[in-house]
Amino acid sequence: MADERRKVERQIVLPLSKAVEISFKSLRIRFWRSLITTSGIILGIAFLMSIFTNNLVHEGLLEEGTLEIKVRLQGEEVEFSARQIWLVSLSLLVCVVGITNAMLMSVTERYREIGTMKCLGALDSFIWKLFLLESLFQGLVGSILGVIVGGGFVILAGLLRYGGQVISTFPVLPFLGYALAVLAIGVVISIIGSLFPASQAARMVPAEAMRTEV
Amino acid sequence: MDIEENVVRSKDVKKVFTMGKISLEALKGINIEIKRGEYISIMGPSGSGKSTLFNMIGGLDKPTEGKVYIDEVDVAQLDAYELAWLRCRKIGYIFQTFNLIPVMTALENVTLPMVFAGMSTDDSMDKGVELLNTVGLGDRLQHKPLELSGGQQQRVAVARALANDPAIVLADEPTGNLDLKTGKEIIVLLRRLNKEKGVTIISATHDLKMLDVSDRIFWIRDGKIERVEERAGIKLEVGTVEGEE
Ligand SMILES: Nc1ncnc2c1ncn2[C@@H]1O[C@H](COP(=O)(O)OP(=O)(O)O)[C@@H](O)[C@H]1O
Ligand SMILES: [Mg+2]
Repeated sequence: MADERRKVERQIVLPLSKAVEISFKSLRIRFWRSLITTSGIILGIAFLMSIFTNNLVHEGLLEEGTLEIKVRLQGEEVEFSARQIWLVSLSLLVCVVGITNAMLMSVTERYREIGTMKCLGALDSFIWKLFLLESLFQGLVGSILGVIVGGGFVILAGLLRYGGQVISTFPVLPFLGYALAVLAIGVVISIIGSLFPASQAARMVPAEAMRTEV
Repeated sequence: MDIEENVVRSKDVKKVFTMGKISLEALKGINIEIKRGEYISIMGPSGSGKSTLFNMIGGLDKPTEGKVYIDEVDVAQLDAYELAWLRCRKIGYIFQTFNLIPVMTALENVTLPMVFAGMSTDDSMDKGVELLNTVGLGDRLQHKPLELSGGQQQRVAVARALANDPAIVLADEPTGNLDLKTGKEIIVLLRRLNKEKGVTIISATHDLKMLDVSDRIFWIRDGKIERVEERAGIKLEVGTVEGEE
């Protein structure tokens, strides 16, 4: 009997679904705060998508548009210029920094919460998953919205400028390809941005987390 | 006197905090033995090292020197998985600031340790409801911490500490943020659970109300145990506590 209770076992690793459930709930409840983080991703991704879409609109018009349009489009950008690449890299960098910042804030804000979870038996890996999943959700939602906003805005602007031809000459398949690529970039960026904050959260010693004054 | 019975034992525990060039010895060689089922108070002024000792006993921090044994297992020998298991199953924690998860309801807070222990949702819900009933919050299951008073939050924390039927409940100034009456209620509740469930309670405090219910009191000052006070006639004391209206 005495030996029975003396034994120390190993804590089980929770299924991913539990982490998904908890991180999802925490995002939903901190809705407005997560929306602010997400809006950073939306902007960055929308910017990226607008550059791609703009090139596609011009490309379509130059290939199949009327002569008048083609003359008007002389000198507009179709291929990626050095300037565009520079702008895109910069906006992506801003995205990563924005996410890292937002996630770090979310970690600091929840110092005590993380410490408490560790006291209740959470493994480091669980805390990792919690924060990675949270930013994954935010990255996914932000990227989807960003693609819609960025692509939609440029197409709308093209319609106003060049009329219905924009739609009839629009290269739909390449557009979908870009949309998917941009989506993937958005998700990858938000994961990269949350790696450091998540590791900070997971490495925290519970005693340290409990000590922090409110 | 039998070592087998010690649920917590510490041997020459020292803790030094180093901040840059300054180092501070918060614990200066603590030797304690606590038996299963005891209600222990660690009394001492602010800054005497109570919380530091609490963290050592609870496996939340490592001593600089010396050993801590929980059920005669050397805590320093445990790996991360075993330590998490210990925190989840063997020890329940209660904090001065309650430390409930703000985005979760009372019931979710209580069931969280059971989730970590791998219990099924149905079972953990049943047990969570039962525990909240035990602490007198059966009608507050779906309330968020911020919708509860301090005393109610601490009751939720007590229920949560008991979630996985721990051998030990560690409480760090559990009444520190509560008014006199509510504090007294929490103390009586802890004592009741100590009697009913046989759970060992170790409470760091400078609340003198704790004296009435404690089996033994460790007086700590400047990181050292100054004296240990044994209480005789405990049964009589319990009678008066429970008899109070
Ligand atoms: N993480 C830490 N870093 C540096 N000093 C600490 C730390 N934790 C506690 N101390 C110091 O150790 C001493 C004991 O603190 P503590 O255990 O919190 O006392 P109590 O809980 O009895 O008020 C204090 O002087 C405190 O400033
Ligand atoms: Mg303290």
